[in-house]
Amino acid sequence: MWSLRANLSFRSNRGGKLKKSIVIAGVGGQGVITSANILSKASLREGYKVVASELHGMAQRGGNVECSVRIGEVFSPIIPNESADAIISFEPLEALRNLSKVRRDGIVLTDINPIVPSLISIGIGSYPPLKEIFDKILSHCKLIKINADEIAKKAGSILTKNVVMLGAFHALNIFPLKEKSIIDTIRETFHEEYIDLNIKAFELGKETIKNML
Amino acid sequence: MNLLGKGKKVLLGNEAIARGALEADIDVATTYPGTPSSEIADTLSAVAVYLKKKNEEVPFYFQYSVNEKVALEFASASANCGLRALTCMKHVGVNVASDALMTYAYVGCTEGHVIVTADDPSCHSSQNEQDNRMYAKFAYLPMLEPSNPQEAKDMTVEAFEISEKLQLPMILRTTTRISHVRGVVELGELKMSRKTGKFEKNGMRVTVPDVARKLHPVLIEKMNEAKKISNKSKFNFIEDFGGDYGIITSGAGYNYAREAVDDLNLKCKILKIGMSYPLPDEKILNFLKNCNKIIVVEELEPFLEEHAKIIAEENGIDVEIYGKGFGELKRYYEYDPDIVYSSLAKFFGIEWKKKEKEINISPRPPVLCPGCPHRATYYAVKQVAPEDTIYPTDIGCYTLGLLPPYKTADFLLCMGSSIGSACGFSYATEQKVVAFIGDSTFYHAGLPALVNGIHHNHDFVAVILDNSTTAMTGHQPHPGNDIDGMGNPAISMNMENVVRGLGVKHVEVVDPRNIEETKEAIKRALEYKGLSVVISKAPCILLKRKMKKERVLYKINQEKCKKCKICIAKFSCPAFYFDNENIKINSALCTGCGVCVQICPFGAIEVEN
Repeated sequence: MWSLRANLSFRSNRGGKLKKSIVIAGVGGQGVITSANILSKASLREGYKVVASELHGMAQRGGNVECSVRIGEVFSPIIPNESADAIISFEPLEALRNLSKVRRDGIVLTDINPIVPSLISIGIGSYPPLKEIFDKILSHCKLIKINADEIAKKAGSILTKNVVMLGAFHALNIFPLKEKSIIDTIRETFHEEYIDLNIKAFELGKETIKNML
Repeated sequence: MNLLGKGKKVLLGNEAIARGALEADIDVATTYPGTPSSEIADTLSAVAVYLKKKNEEVPFYFQYSVNEKVALEFASASANCGLRALTCMKHVGVNVASDALMTYAYVGCTEGHVIVTADDPSCHSSQNEQDNRMYAKFAYLPMLEPSNPQEAKDMTVEAFEISEKLQLPMILRTTTRISHVRGVVELGELKMSRKTGKFEKNGMRVTVPDVARKLHPVLIEKMNEAKKISNKSKFNFIEDFGGDYGIITSGAGYNYAREAVDDLNLKCKILKIGMSYPLPDEKILNFLKNCNKIIVVEELEPFLEEHAKIIAEENGIDVEIYGKGFGELKRYYEYDPDIVYSSLAKFFGIEWKKKEKEINISPRPPVLCPGCPHRATYYAVKQVAPEDTIYPTDIGCYTLGLLPPYKTADFLLCMGSSIGSACGFSYATEQKVVAFIGDSTFYHAGLPALVNGIHHNHDFVAVILDNSTTAMTGHQPHPGNDIDGMGNPAISMNMENVVRGLGVKHVEVVDPRNIEETKEAIKRALEYKGLSVVISKAPCILLKRKMKKERVLYKINQEKCKKCKICIAKFSCPAFYFDNENIKINSALCTGCGVCVQICPFGAIEVEN
């Protein structure tokens, strides 16, 4: 992981203007939109211009969900191909689906637990072997895998998976946000009884990456 | 509540419109939900419920109307009684409301009325991608078109002012990438007061031919006034980045073009159109005069492009204008940065290599939820209906019956078309016809079609999938519910009484979660000569989950399972999965509906202790 660290500490911004973009991807019901909202609000807390996009409607029914969060000198809610700094994916196949969005020197941070599309269950198409997915990602950019399901369970509930992913993303230092901004946003996002649970999930996600680097 | 705050907030485009309406002190808001417009009204509904909970007066009246036409008619009355009104719908909703809309333009309003149309280029959740800027031109109604949440909020406030000045309803047009984009919004002051309207008679609001003939020229004259407003509007502005090439753009197109200026380092001028009808002809004329070459970046129809070409032609200006057909600029699908960057690169003569999406991956289409009662209905119907049965379907979650293994969707045009087309199919063929329509859709546009079917004694089965809510758009209440969009008690329709009252002789109500009974009821309905109705009634599983009832968990007894795969291949609940060779139930997904227990021929699905 040494090469990763070297790259993370030296990131340039086009034209001297800050512009950071990420894709958050997953399956309907995994909390993709919530985590995009937390990042957007935390970015506004630090005074950044934020543009984020999401798709609703039919996507709620177990379809793939894709959000973008962009901060700095941005106008378009859609990220041009090969210009996202990172993809945060809550499911391996969804990381692959969005791969063309991320820069060649960018990062894919993904969970490793497949959710098999139901069309595959009834015999239409196939779920590629995980190794194949990860090799394809590695041929495009950097890859960091975590078992976010496991970490979320450790935090106390599988439902905190989206916040585990946020913690892991924060540790990669791609968005220049203070931890406090994210934690404060987590506090205002969740119901009182779930705040500590989610903060723990954030911490565990963050620690997982710190131990890797 | 975030929306009622101060300062700067991150808001969804649709939330920004709702906020704008509150800053404009609206008195009435009506809607029929439809993606991508739903969150505008849902936000106002949530504000009403929130204020009521705090025992504060709700400063406006809000209604989920039975359909878009009624929503518009309701609001048109309010706006003719001195009340400010907002009406929101998706683009195809305007088709439903268009009968009222076209003549409403003649009659006009005395107080501000803003009609939001949320268009859906690329059909993310729609049956077509019509460009509703055409409605502004068609009906002679002024239109504003935001590019981001801040503009969405500001333009909503402005639209009420313009509407009042012209005494005409004003259209605010968004697209999916405006309605469903989050951005920072600098909030204005909330003005929330509750008013009572009064209707002043003037004899010019009954559009008999004699009155209509007088009103039409008045409307045309109002458009001349509107053009003056457009020429002065701050929402039509020019950004100068040097050079003599020009980009004319609006809506989502602006965002991609503006970012391209930075990313591709373009020297050009941008004319950003925010008031897209009537267009600011003088501003456009000056822009054309100051540019050597123009490219128009707009999604869907060449609306700005045609106007710009006409202005150039009429004024004898020698300027090349490019748009649809140039580079990757097409009349269909939404634009994205890659489409716009590559087209602009070609226009500016810059080397730019498009990065292709090269990976071919199994699609993950939305599916019926685990525990969804529609699945049980479809399973039962497929068991008893002849192979060549025609299944006209309708708009809702149940349209997903299109997917294998159910394939219970053969024909779909619009809201209510299942029953209307079933009348035609039953005449045209000897095949059996089973139409599927949801409860909210039935009240919206199915009723007149059913009347038609009964009156003409057509022979088909209408299955009304009654899940007690408008599920797909986010569980808005409908006339079958006993509570309205403000959380007030409402009178609920009784579906069976409605259908019997219309004169249907063969009506059965079943709970689809009982597969055998449902199969029998469908069989009887198919055998009945004439129009029969089966009301398949069970609440949406997501509603049930919201009530957090204890659920029973199921598992597969591997010793009894013969791997016939009926549960996976025919019933196809997403909670089933293969674990190597064994079929298992994902306990996180299983809702405990228990329907699968009835379809397993070997009794292998058991309650988990």
